[in-house]
Amino acid sequence: MSANTWTISAARDALRKGEITAVDLTMSCLTAIDAGDDLNAFVHKTPEIALDQARAADARIAAGDAPAMCGIPLGIKDLFCTKGVPSQAASNILKGFKPEYESTVTSKLFDAGAVMLGKLNMDEFAMGSSNETSAYGNAVSPWRRKGSNVQLTPGGSSGGSAAAVAADLCLAATGTDTGGSIRQPAAFTGIVGIKPTYGRVSRWGIVAFASSLDQAGPMTKTVRDAAIMLQAMAGHDPKDSTSADIPVPDFEAALTGDIRGKVIGIPKEYRMDGVPSEIEALWARGIEMMRDAGAEVRDISLPHTKYALPAYYVIAPAEASSNLARYDGVRYGHRAKLTAGDGITEMYEKTRAEGFGAEVQRRIMVGTYVLSAGFYDAYYNRARKVRALIKRDFETVFADGVDAILTPATPSAAFGLGEMADADPVQMYLNDVFTVTVNLAGLPGVAVPVGLDAQGLPLGLQLIGRPWDEAQLLNCAHVLESRAGFVAKPQKWW
Amino acid sequence: MAIDIDTARKVAKLARIRVEEADLPKLAGQLSGILGFMEQLNEVDVSGVEPMTSVTPMRLKRRKDEITDGNIQAQVLKNAPDAREGFFAVPKVVE
Repeated sequence: MSANTWTISAARDALRKGEITAVDLTMSCLTAIDAGDDLNAFVHKTPEIALDQARAADARIAAGDAPAMCGIPLGIKDLFCTKGVPSQAASNILKGFKPEYESTVTSKLFDAGAVMLGKLNMDEFAMGSSNETSAYGNAVSPWRRKGSNVQLTPGGSSGGSAAAVAADLCLAATGTDTGGSIRQPAAFTGIVGIKPTYGRVSRWGIVAFASSLDQAGPMTKTVRDAAIMLQAMAGHDPKDSTSADIPVPDFEAALTGDIRGKVIGIPKEYRMDGVPSEIEALWARGIEMMRDAGAEVRDISLPHTKYALPAYYVIAPAEASSNLARYDGVRYGHRAKLTAGDGITEMYEKTRAEGFGAEVQRRIMVGTYVLSAGFYDAYYNRARKVRALIKRDFETVFADGVDAILTPATPSAAFGLGEMADADPVQMYLNDVFTVTVNLAGLPGVAVPVGLDAQGLPLGLQLIGRPWDEAQLLNCAHVLESRAGFVAKPQKWW
Repeated sequence: MAIDIDTARKVAKLARIRVEEADLPKLAGQLSGILGFMEQLNEVDVSGVEPMTSVTPMRLKRRKDEITDGNIQAQVLKNAPDAREGFFAVPKVVE
């Protein structure tokens, strides 16, 4: 098998044994990337940087100083600022922007010896669930329905990351998750994605969407790889005042495969109308797998689940409207061409109308409205109160002894690109129904591929963990992964 | 709550996004749909609940108030659409 199809753990072991060099491993990914342009996953390729980093990694490995991520070729979501490399959050308003600094997450990965192959497609400013709001055009899933040529979404917002990992263009990728943007694309493409506890990973240098919800995490081929890569991404950063100054445990060492006696909660509110029976059946199989592994399965209630989506779609746009106020055509990115007599207000208004896409404009305006005088209490403050209740729901079940919660990851398999074009914006928001509670409560959540639907598309389940307990969460995910035995790969058409 | 065209125009103005008159009815309709979806929040009894300010119960760290960088004017201005003589340049603000 060509090296670009390897897992991080297999590549790490082969690199350390001298069975492959980081340069050869990187070359095999660069070749796959050039052959994968139809997926539109990599939107800025950085082969020179990659090969320089790979050569440095080989030197470190030869010297016997090789952390786990040393020499591992990665794709980086376009939301991460990477020094001297275009970083435009898939938006025209940041066209041409090349940061003068490096995000904390990419710095940490590079310090650990990782190799950057390029920047990955995404929804504009991470606002979307299908990668269809990108200024670069759609990312395309490597998966297709049986006997069909219809192009499918890889999910969003980390759609390029999901497509690239699923199609073996890289060993793993970074993602970010504000309402499900790591877990939903991971589930749509049959890979693993974890959103860590809020504060586990530094947000510094990641283009902000909704600062109280945003969190970066790895998107990988296996749970073990997620553990290895999260280890390198996590940790306190003085530059992010919300990053937690607490020790990061050894995540890979936690993958014992033993969950006997652990309590897995099954929330009744996640049985929703309109969810296909295949998803219900998958969930039931997942429950059986946890029980077979010796866990105690317990029915639980999270009574405010229904209100998570409307609360999210108040809070996230409110924070976005504030965060995105910085794009004014003055300090970086796009500025509209002005006509005689235009003042500074016209410059702002024209710049933002030209630079932001339709969905981003909509969310900024929703956020502006819910924060405006007279509506702040009715919408924004009420949503923050509901958010407190959603968090309390989780605290209650954890206090009752639940170790992790098992739910579906998405309400459907991947849909076709363009299929939602005429839908109401709210229809698209429903994609986040199972994932968004986790962001509101600041908890860690992981999507694990568990099966295929009747059309041959991947379906995933989600495990939700206690705050700061990614180690136990990953161990539960590891058990689910081993028992599900998901090995399907997309048929190569690109 | 339904958003009328005047409210949509006002919101666009507050957000500093130019929206053509012809596009306001569609925008008003979409905003109404989204806000209608949020109305569900009114079903929740939130009496006595404090609005969440921080999702993880932590005190924000304090740091020393000291200069840690500087003298990077060229870097600061590097991505500006219009920088002149060490400044960001914008259209005339005051008459």
